[in-house]
Amino acid sequence: MSDRIFGCIGLLLAAFYLWAAWIIPDSFMVDVVGPRTFPYIVGAVLAITSAVFILRPDPEPKWPGLRDLVELAFAAAVMFLYAWTLPKVGFLIGTVFATAYLTWRLGSRPLGALTTGVLTSGGIYVVFHLILGLSLARGPFGY
Amino acid sequence: METLSSLADGFAVALSAQNLLLAFLGCFLGTMMGALPGLGPANGVAVLIPIAFSLGLGPTPALILLTSVYYGCMYGGRISSILLNIPGDEPAMMTCLDGYPMARQGRAGEALALSGIASFVGSFFATCGLVLLAPQLVKIALLFGPAEYFVLFTLAFATLGGISSSNQAKSAFAAALGLGVAMIGSDSQTGSERFTFGEIHLYDGIDFLIAIVGLFALSEVFVFLEHHRGGAAGHSGAKIGRLLPSWNVLKRCIPTMGRSTVIGFLAGVLPGAGASLGSFLSYSLEKATVDRAGDSFGKGDPRGVVAPEVGNNAAAGGALVPMLSLGVPGSGTTAVLLAVLLQLNITPGPLLFQRNPDVVWGLIAALFIGNLMLLTLNIPLVGLFTRVLLVPTRILMPVVAMISFVGIYGITGSTFDVMLMVGFGILGWVLRKLEVPLVPVILGILLGNEMEVNLRRALQISDGDWSILVGSPLAIILWIIAITGFVLPIVLGRRMRARIEANRPADEVATGD
Repeated sequence: MSDRIFGCIGLLLAAFYLWAAWIIPDSFMVDVVGPRTFPYIVGAVLAITSAVFILRPDPEPKWPGLRDLVELAFAAAVMFLYAWTLPKVGFLIGTVFATAYLTWRLGSRPLGALTTGVLTSGGIYVVFHLILGLSLARGPFGY
Repeated sequence: METLSSLADGFAVALSAQNLLLAFLGCFLGTMMGALPGLGPANGVAVLIPIAFSLGLGPTPALILLTSVYYGCMYGGRISSILLNIPGDEPAMMTCLDGYPMARQGRAGEALALSGIASFVGSFFATCGLVLLAPQLVKIALLFGPAEYFVLFTLAFATLGGISSSNQAKSAFAAALGLGVAMIGSDSQTGSERFTFGEIHLYDGIDFLIAIVGLFALSEVFVFLEHHRGGAAGHSGAKIGRLLPSWNVLKRCIPTMGRSTVIGFLAGVLPGAGASLGSFLSYSLEKATVDRAGDSFGKGDPRGVVAPEVGNNAAAGGALVPMLSLGVPGSGTTAVLLAVLLQLNITPGPLLFQRNPDVVWGLIAALFIGNLMLLTLNIPLVGLFTRVLLVPTRILMPVVAMISFVGIYGITGSTFDVMLMVGFGILGWVLRKLEVPLVPVILGILLGNEMEVNLRRALQISDGDWSILVGSPLAIILWIIAITGFVLPIVLGRRMRARIEANRPADEVATGD
């Protein structure tokens, strides 16, 4: 069943891709093939393989339960939030919380997770910024 | 002779203090990453690429650092296979079969030392093979025109799923997905905006490093979160015992090393085979040759430890041959290394040997040096590396994630790109669940533009006549290999896969992955 759903999504993706390839604007420069041909081939391969998934699906994969899915969604949200706020709060503070969250969810106690967060953040800051000179996101306090 | 003098020049490059230090660092980090379950060569190198670039390393030093990590991973994978029966990375799977029984008989130290020597032999001779074979392949590659190159790329995609692939449709889908992503951005030939929908961040296309780090490194973090695997891989107090194997044991293993080197190297050179197949084939063949009755393999036979280790290291060296000489990688990690070259604005392929001989030969010399370092690091310091297994993954994986973020932000300095990387991480997790291989996606993103450019050049030459794609004997041979490579697994794949599955250690089957 998963493969069939995946196949349907694949077909939609292929259709969208072919449509998006169709509307590629022409440029004043021209060559024999043009900018659309190769994307058409790619879209066709997407469509054909997706049809194969629908017709001949593989055995069902083991999906995680609802709780684990929520877990993953939260982790993804935290990562997005981290990326989004990086220039606003700065590397040091953001990293403490992001690391602490992930460590906590992987099974550390809250206090241990916070310690890991502080140590990771500080460690990366020292090694990559102070020693190796990599530029990290600066926050409101300059670090 | 010409080869020898080039190699001598290469040693001159590699022996500089900075490069030696980087090789050492790479070997050390690589061995640790290989030893840790969950961090394989592909993710290890992927995490480090952005870091290497934001540090502003030159092409040769960056390549030396990252290939040392690659070779180091191949050494390190065996440590947890032997001590814990958990392969540190995929190619080390077969080492569990005889390595773990040896460890349980109290011969862990012997198994570790023996496999260290085996790794050295495998990668040393494979690097020699690389020196001999790559320049020959370059001569053939110089005959390639745009049409042949297009077919060669098609061949790479067709065979990438490999003989053990379960579902060729999924490999093809993955490749098309990667190619599709590569098309985003302005067209290199005419300048038309493609698939950008007016989003300014997409005008330059999607940086392949973002995709690689997301798909390989972050998706691994999601897998760990899903299974709540936060504990340490190892327990303290794994006894290592006597370190050096006796001369008798070593002598008995020499023919094994010879056979496995050849098989592993060939498996590495062939597109789509890679190190896992190299170790699988070496082990199976060795078992068929020396243990027909089946009474010592699988119960702690030293030859059963040596064969797969020689095999996977020889394959690692062999896989560099097509990557350097044709620009077409044969495995996941070499695809990541290709990304390194592309990022450095070096186009791998036949011209690499002519335009940047210092890069190629410096790299090859560094591989020889790295190999010696790995041998000396791995035999006496193996106890130190086994400590790495005590680091719980609940600390390790978040650190990996954060280093990925730091690396991508360091290169692009854009939150959009960092969020895109998280998106790729989620996509990678979903694709892994559905058993869609990730390597073709990466390869598609990397090679997509090059492939299209070659197609368009070929058709420009023939003035729009598509028959130029089958217009030369070379192209026809490549098509035949491509089609065979794609169809063969559909016929043989199921059997091969069943055999690999049957040989997997029981633990691994239970935890999935």
